[in-house]
Amino acid sequence: MEISTLPISASQRGKLLSAGYTSLSSLSSLSPSGLAQDLKISETEALEILKVASQRNGLNKFENGSRAIVNGAQTAWDMLHEEESSIRITTSCSDLDEILGGGISPKEVTEIGGVPGIGKTQLAIQLAVNVQIPADYGGLGGKAIYIDTEGSFMVERALQIAEACAQDMLEYNSLLRKNFKPCQGNKEPKEFLDNIFYFRVCTYTEQIAVINYLEKFIFEHKDVKVVIIDSITFHFRQDFEDMALRTRLLGGMALKLMKLAKKFNLAVVLLNQVTTKFMDGSFQLTLALGDSWAHASTNRIILYWNGNERYAYIDKSPSLRSASASYSVTGKGIRNSASNCKRVKLM
Amino acid sequence: MANKLISEMGLPKSTAHVFAARNIITAKDALSLSEFELMELLDVGLEEVTRAVAHISEFACPPYQTALSVLEQRIQNENMAGHLPTRLKGLDAALCGGIPFGVVTELVGPAGIGKTQFCLKLALLASLPTSYGGLGAHVIYVDVESKFSSRRMIEMGINSIPEIFQKEGLAQEMAGRILVLRPASLSEFTESLQQIKVSLLQHHVKLLIVDSMAALASGEYGPGPPRQHPLGWHISFIKSLAEFCRIPVVVTNQVRSQVHDDASRYLFQVQRIAELRLKKIPQNFLLILLLLLEFTGLMLLLFVLC
Repeated sequence: MEISTLPISASQRGKLLSAGYTSLSSLSSLSPSGLAQDLKISETEALEILKVASQRNGLNKFENGSRAIVNGAQTAWDMLHEEESSIRITTSCSDLDEILGGGISPKEVTEIGGVPGIGKTQLAIQLAVNVQIPADYGGLGGKAIYIDTEGSFMVERALQIAEACAQDMLEYNSLLRKNFKPCQGNKEPKEFLDNIFYFRVCTYTEQIAVINYLEKFIFEHKDVKVVIIDSITFHFRQDFEDMALRTRLLGGMALKLMKLAKKFNLAVVLLNQVTTKFMDGSFQLTLALGDSWAHASTNRIILYWNGNERYAYIDKSPSLRSASASYSVTGKGIRNSASNCKRVKLM
Repeated sequence: MANKLISEMGLPKSTAHVFAARNIITAKDALSLSEFELMELLDVGLEEVTRAVAHISEFACPPYQTALSVLEQRIQNENMAGHLPTRLKGLDAALCGGIPFGVVTELVGPAGIGKTQFCLKLALLASLPTSYGGLGAHVIYVDVESKFSSRRMIEMGINSIPEIFQKEGLAQEMAGRILVLRPASLSEFTESLQQIKVSLLQHHVKLLIVDSMAALASGEYGPGPPRQHPLGWHISFIKSLAEFCRIPVVVTNQVRSQVHDDASRYLFQVQRIAELRLKKIPQNFLLILLLLLEFTGLMLLLFVLC
């Protein structure tokens, strides 16, 4: 292990190197005062450096332990088990759930894109409501964070969808437990709205700030199970000249969101707009923010019009087949397409 | 929130000084850099940088509300929970009560369908006193194509709500609440938007109408898909006006025919269509071959007969 891998400031690193400390082991037997004298720095600063270095050393020792070969790693077998036991967030459209393997999966970042009016926000609101379906009904019983960058979140619509969801739950209850006492955890539509934390973001700086702050927020509200950003694109498409900066900021944001999804076992859903791209001599629709962003999300779903019907297409996923399914936006929210005789079409 | 000063966020003094010394003044400056860039620039360790970034983020982050509190606030503070009824039963039901406050509503249709008539009616409804179900407020009407007609509006009022318009002076009072702007060009419109922003805040304006948005942009399109919409700035400005003044905004738009080509499809759709076409080719090919054979056979027959 070398000094250059330590998370300390550049000047401290420079001082260490010029004083001849190149490896971690050379620091291990030093006292803070000795190091302070050598580097001509204050004793507290020297203590900080030694602390960082010993932490690193400790990590190394742990790595050699018998349990895990690499610290923080997980075996594929454990992951499979975890994946099978994890509950996905239903979309309320069984055809869509089928191609998604049961719904939007937690621990992953899912990007949903499509033309204006295709139903991105509708799907997002539906997910914010569905994440709250109690465990008794096969749901997650969690809460939702809705980060609105476009101002397109409609509370009235959320209430309608929540009402429909509560209604469905009642029906399900009466079907399944006719002779039993009514199930606990029946929810009022307004309760659903109370569990949606709504952030209205007006600049890209605020967007970054919210994402940075989420870790602390979710730590305080542990039952948040979905984070929705509607849309990730808006502030980065308008009045944004420095493309290099844009790519960097978006990349950083994607990493933080992925980390968040893993750490708190929650689903991250990002909505994206579309743009036209010149390819093979003609213009074609594609999701916005460019090719480097396309790598950022784990799953990518494109919503599109096929004639007069709405379809969802899995464009990218490490575990799902690319397939498309029709859905419709109804008064109750996202539902199966009415004129759906062909069921799911696998490509 | 993006321009909040770092020096006023209560960071530890030493850290705040380091930021100030490197000319990182606002939250925007700090958050536009990655943690490693900050480490390089500020010459401090990772731990301190992450702590500072988390602190700045918390300050720059907008406050949250639950969806329920948003709804309750609207029910409490606004007319019909934030809606301007159109008095068309079906439409009002579909819109949850009428034209919503705080967002932009676009009216689209071919020439002569009644977009301007719709706008006139909305202006009239908003200017009605609250006791008659209106908003009792000023209306700003941006009339780009000089289609606004006071006579027609009063006529509508007399026919649809005679009990009010026959009262002495009320027609005048209501028409007096509607301010009509007639910008001649896009740049003039840009200027008047800035003024509108000020007057929305100062006066009791509860509805903004732009008739029509399309006329402003006409003639400014080049061939091919435009890189940046000429009205992009205006639309986002109007949108923010609607949201922060919590008023309904109505804009009209014309319709254009659209060529359905690959530009409205995704790559995977185009590929699928190409595959379908490929499948069709062999059949055609066989048909042509058959025709050719038949033709040569006929020729041979003729040849033999001769």
